Amino acid sequence: MHELSIAMNIVEIVEENAATHEVNSVSDVEIDVGRMSGVVIDALRFALEEAVKSSVMESATICINEIPAKSKCLACSHEFEPNDIIAVCPECGHLYADIINGKELKIKKIKFLE
Amino acid sequence: MCGTCGCGQEDKISITRPGKENQHDHIHSHEHEHDGSKHSHSHTHSHSHDEGHEHHHHDEHDHGDHHHHHEHEKEIVLEQDVLQKNNLLAERNRGYFEGRNIMAINLVSSPGSGKTSLLEKTITKLKEEIPFYIIEGDQQTLNDANRIMATGAPVVQINTGSGCHLDASMVNRALKELDVSEDAVLMIENVGNLVCPAMFDLGEAHRLVIISVTEGDDKPIKYPDMFRSSDICIINKTDLLPYVDFDIEKAKDYALRVNHQLKFFELSAKSGEGMDAWFTWLKESIKKQPIED
Ligand SMILES: Nc1nc2c(ncn2[C@@H]2O[C@H](COP(=O)(O)OP(=O)(O)OP(=O)(O)O)[C@@H](O)[C@H]2O)c(=O)[nH]1
Ligand SMILES: [Mg+2]
Ligand SMILES: [Zn+2]
Ligand SMILES: [Zn+2]
Repeated sequence: MHELSIAMNIVEIVEENAATHEVNSVSDVEIDVGRMSGVVIDALRFALEEAVKSSVMESATICINEIPAKSKCLACSHEFEPNDIIAVCPECGHLYADIINGKELKIKKIKFLE
Repeated sequence: MCGTCGCGQEDKISITRPGKENQHDHIHSHEHEHDGSKHSHSHTHSHSHDEGHEHHHHDEHDHGDHHHHHEHEKEIVLEQDVLQKNNLLAERNRGYFEGRNIMAINLVSSPGSGKTSLLEKTITKLKEEIPFYIIEGDQQTLNDANRIMATGAPVVQINTGSGCHLDASMVNRALKELDVSEDAVLMIENVGNLVCPAMFDLGEAHRLVIISVTEGDDKPIKYPDMFRSSDICIINKTDLLPYVDFDIEKAKDYALRVNHQLKFFELSAKSGEGMDAWFTWLKESIKKQPIED
């Protein structure tokens, strides 16, 4: 369950930022999670429910944006959204591609009342 | 242990040098309080990004009389990587390794694929030529560290308790115990788990994923993150191929389609078959360690 470590990292970062702005409660947290990030969103949401307890995020609305993946074909450079882990290039049928998008795992923004 | 998050007091991470069991270190990096009587008021939801970017979490967008209510609402754009702390610490480890010309390899696999066996055989064969240092990661026990100690290589055991992966800070602490010499090879055996260690950079130069032929040949597409984040793949226990339904070419094809840059070794840590190619690669790689100017 590495989502628990991830959730605790999120709370820690938000706590640090709340401390910087001298607030003890945050109302909104927006997080980007790429489909290729290695994080299962449902598991993260579940882990966050525990991790936010007694923190500045305890009553925050948490918005998780799922970022689609994008691959770039190694042969023809065509960019496409892979529908599978081992997607074939829809343009030329080549088997190998590099992932150029979808590995995001970041806190986009937070909101609080001052 | 705290039943809700697995980070309770009894579950501290410990770092032990076998044979010097009084010298150890406890880390508990994320202390937080638990109040059983409290209820969480968090609301999570997710939606796909292509469904649009507007999020209205509040009903305060009518421009009525109660404007003062959110006059003080402040939005801070962070764009901060959630794993930034680990990544920064991993870069510090990497700098330490590069400065001392240490080649660090992070070994990852399912439990029992043969990480410790590979290390035992490799150290025994090459210890006259290469100084090896080992960090062992397991949830519990000093068993693997004791097996390594028997080969004569310096070893530190990290016990992660309920933790399912090593992270850069644990390795950083273990390094202080281990005192790795210059021009050495540092092998870091991660916790047996094909999921969680994928996300945590330790500062290694190479990530080596092991699968054994007693596992399914579709492992690479079942656990793509690990194969995607590795650069070397060892297929172990080839001595058992006559007895199992494992198609090596299919496993390699799957692995390459997840990560076309993977380099493969097929070997048996038990019989020694195929080990020479691995030994050769190891010896060549330390010579080739990048010396940046
Ligand atoms: N037949 C055969 N057995 C092997 C081989 N390599 C390892 N084993 C056996 O597989 C079992 C697990 O090996 P380990 O080296 O302990 O595996 P590990 O990956 O370190 O396991 P954990 O640390 O528990 O994740 C042991 O019983 C080994 O003897 C091999 O090449 N062939
Ligand atoms: Mg082991
Ligand atoms: Zn885990
Ligand atoms: Zn193509």
